[in-house]
Amino acid sequence: MRSFQEKYVFAPKEAAPLAVFRILFGLMMFLSIVRFWSYGWIDKLYIQPNFFFSYYGFEWIKPLGGYTYMLFVICGFSSIAIALGYKYRAAAITFFLSFTYIELMDKTTYLNHYYFISLLAFLMIFLPANAYFSLDAAKNPKKAFQYIPAWCTNSIKLLLGIVYLYAGLAKLNSDWLLEAMPLKIWLPSKFDTPLLGNLLSQEWMQYAFSWAGAGYDLAIPFLLLYRRTRVFAFIMVVVFHVLTRVLFPIGMFPYIMIVSTLIFFDARIHQKLLQYIAKVFRFTKERFDNGSGLMFKSSPITKATYGVLMLFFIAQLCVPFRYLLYPGELFWTEEGYRFSWRVMLTEKSGYAQFKIVDGKSGRWFYVDNTDFLTPFQEKQMAFQSDFILEYAHFLKHNFEKDGHQEVEVYVDSQVALNGRLSTAFIDPDVNLAEQKESFEHKTWIIPFKDEIKGL
Amino acid sequence: MKKLLGTLLFLGLLWACSSDNGEAPVPPTTGNPEPTPPQEVSFERNTMLVNWADNIIIPGYEAFDATLLDLMTSFENFKTDASSSNLEAFRSSWLTSYKSWQWISMFEIGPAEVLDFRLNMNIYPTDATKIDELIISGLYDLSLPSNRAAKGFPALDYLLNGLATTDEAIVSKFNGENKEELLAYIDAVLADMKTRTASILSDWKSEYRNTFVSNDGASATASVDRFVNDYVFYYEKFLRAGKMGIPLGVFSGSTLPQNVEAFYEPEISNVLFLEGLQAVQDFFNGKHYGSDTSGESLASYLDALNTLKDGEDLTKVINDQLNKAREMVETLDAFRVEIENNDPPTDMLLAYDEVQRAVPLFKVDMVSAMSISIDFVDADGD
Repeated sequence: MRSFQEKYVFAPKEAAPLAVFRILFGLMMFLSIVRFWSYGWIDKLYIQPNFFFSYYGFEWIKPLGGYTYMLFVICGFSSIAIALGYKYRAAAITFFLSFTYIELMDKTTYLNHYYFISLLAFLMIFLPANAYFSLDAAKNPKKAFQYIPAWCTNSIKLLLGIVYLYAGLAKLNSDWLLEAMPLKIWLPSKFDTPLLGNLLSQEWMQYAFSWAGAGYDLAIPFLLLYRRTRVFAFIMVVVFHVLTRVLFPIGMFPYIMIVSTLIFFDARIHQKLLQYIAKVFRFTKERFDNGSGLMFKSSPITKATYGVLMLFFIAQLCVPFRYLLYPGELFWTEEGYRFSWRVMLTEKSGYAQFKIVDGKSGRWFYVDNTDFLTPFQEKQMAFQSDFILEYAHFLKHNFEKDGHQEVEVYVDSQVALNGRLSTAFIDPDVNLAEQKESFEHKTWIIPFKDEIKGL
Repeated sequence: MKKLLGTLLFLGLLWACSSDNGEAPVPPTTGNPEPTPPQEVSFERNTMLVNWADNIIIPGYEAFDATLLDLMTSFENFKTDASSSNLEAFRSSWLTSYKSWQWISMFEIGPAEVLDFRLNMNIYPTDATKIDELIISGLYDLSLPSNRAAKGFPALDYLLNGLATTDEAIVSKFNGENKEELLAYIDAVLADMKTRTASILSDWKSEYRNTFVSNDGASATASVDRFVNDYVFYYEKFLRAGKMGIPLGVFSGSTLPQNVEAFYEPEISNVLFLEGLQAVQDFFNGKHYGSDTSGESLASYLDALNTLKDGEDLTKVINDQLNKAREMVETLDAFRVEIENNDPPTDMLLAYDEVQRAVPLFKVDMVSAMSISIDFVDADGD
């Protein structure tokens, strides 16, 4: 145990890999923000809608109207500051807060990738990523260090490893492995992909993709850790992520993952990269090679940092398994589905027709969802029970404001999962206006009619 | 492990090849696909688009255009002699044309979309007050968006069936003091309908057909994806809601009998609905317009996808549901009578429920099986 600690936690290691990671992460985030803005998504996703779906407990986080753009400006500038290593700690905190705020504004846009960025940003607050090759280090040589404790880079490797491993574990289910679902639905529809197109409609190809995808996720952290397979593993990372980029609308994520896995490599490669950057910008990298090593003094702050990071990783290991506390099929109820690296596992769509009943007069009518929701929101709402409940509460308030009394809300919903015929999702006889959101199991979800075996 | 690595390497090679040739033009698809091994989706979207365009959409427009010509002829006869027998003939041409319209109303894509065809041809309830005002003033430009509720089939419904309570009274209006103004207005309404239809038909025949058919890829902007969206939207909003749901008051809490299609000739609201339902179903099955032959269709596409998936027969489920809906609607009295004489209009509500049940089958099951996204949602996925 002691030697493990010495070797992987406290041993002084070159700071260059973390510096490279910091620079690339900052740049990638900046590009992501610019891309998001240039597509008009800020307006479309955060300004246009009249209603936003909140995370339980974060109902107070809402878009800020026109100021939402400021939020993205702040986020963009802090990512640049991270890349430069300028007032790094403050920049990292600002980036984490602004990015996370953006993600919490509307649950509709939830992506595992965004959650991953938030986690990474949180972790980076505690890492001395500005110790080397940064403006901070250049300005204050006392804070410049060529070596940092091993845990600083290893914690990023651990987070990446968890993401891949858990994504792989989640694929160990009968739909994915035995039915090749949902790839059997998705791949044939990509028939116009150059060269691959015709192959994608072949059944063996869909199975090959499913199994290779699961194998990749499970194996890649170890292949990256082991020096002799590292180069091969990195080629796999590039191939896998570029392939997903070609086949699916997956945004910046593949590039972010490719860049992130560079952290597994030896410092020599990072030194070369930094050397190159220094040459382009005409300064000497050697000024940072001061031979000094960062040691965290045994202080309450250091201890608190270790404590926070321990808790962080324990939570990362546990949270994806919280679904075990809920009855029913996870893919159907989605109770404990998010924040668990369940990526591309389901082809799911739904239809939800809400019925408003005036409890006083007994009069009833159906809701036209397009009156309140964007097509994107309606799509996401229709197969997720927490969305359905929140929307039902919104409808109750909205129609009571319009003068209806003692409003009851019922939903007639159909959901199709991984190629099965659609079946009823929510008990149509339950008045959703009376149901409360909580972490408890939603008893008004109609149990799944089929069985999916596996983790 | 070695095998796994081998597979990964193979995928890698495939990718490497594909990226090298990423910009290479896609070879044109030939009409006779080679025999394919089982367990493969051998469905060509292009063939389906060709069937839609050449055997359903364009013939549908042609037939509709021809009914408009007949309608104009009947009107000419009526103009020369506004007798009750000529009124009958005029009405009968109107009904034929209105029925024919139900077969093309769902094709709101391309030229029809540009021209807002549906909004210009069939907004109901029609604005009778406005029509009266326009006739008296004699000053109107029916191409203005503000006049949409004063023209098209519903305006003709009012002018042919709703000007007075008896046929004699209606005929006498066409022989009375405002005779010229009335006839001039009908002339303008017919001309507006004919011009729009002719322009859409000629666009389809000249270039849009090829644009439509050649956009046979698999993106949110490809013809199949866009058209399926329009098709499902038509079923949900215009057939289900417009013709039944809204008059029934299922979206408002109180019935709106004045909102039935063909309000002034209520016996035909059901006929028009049933035409529309048949058109939707025949389109689903790829049935050629006015013929018993069928070609590649949404149904055969689903069948092709299902040979792979080996799941329930969605084509049958959808057809069964549409048949059930039709049977239920066929037993109903005129919609307006059902709504006005029953509180609540239980029979019609039950029929509506069956019509409604096809919506999730289209919108969830079919669309999901084809991996088409409902409405172009332009955002990243996981």
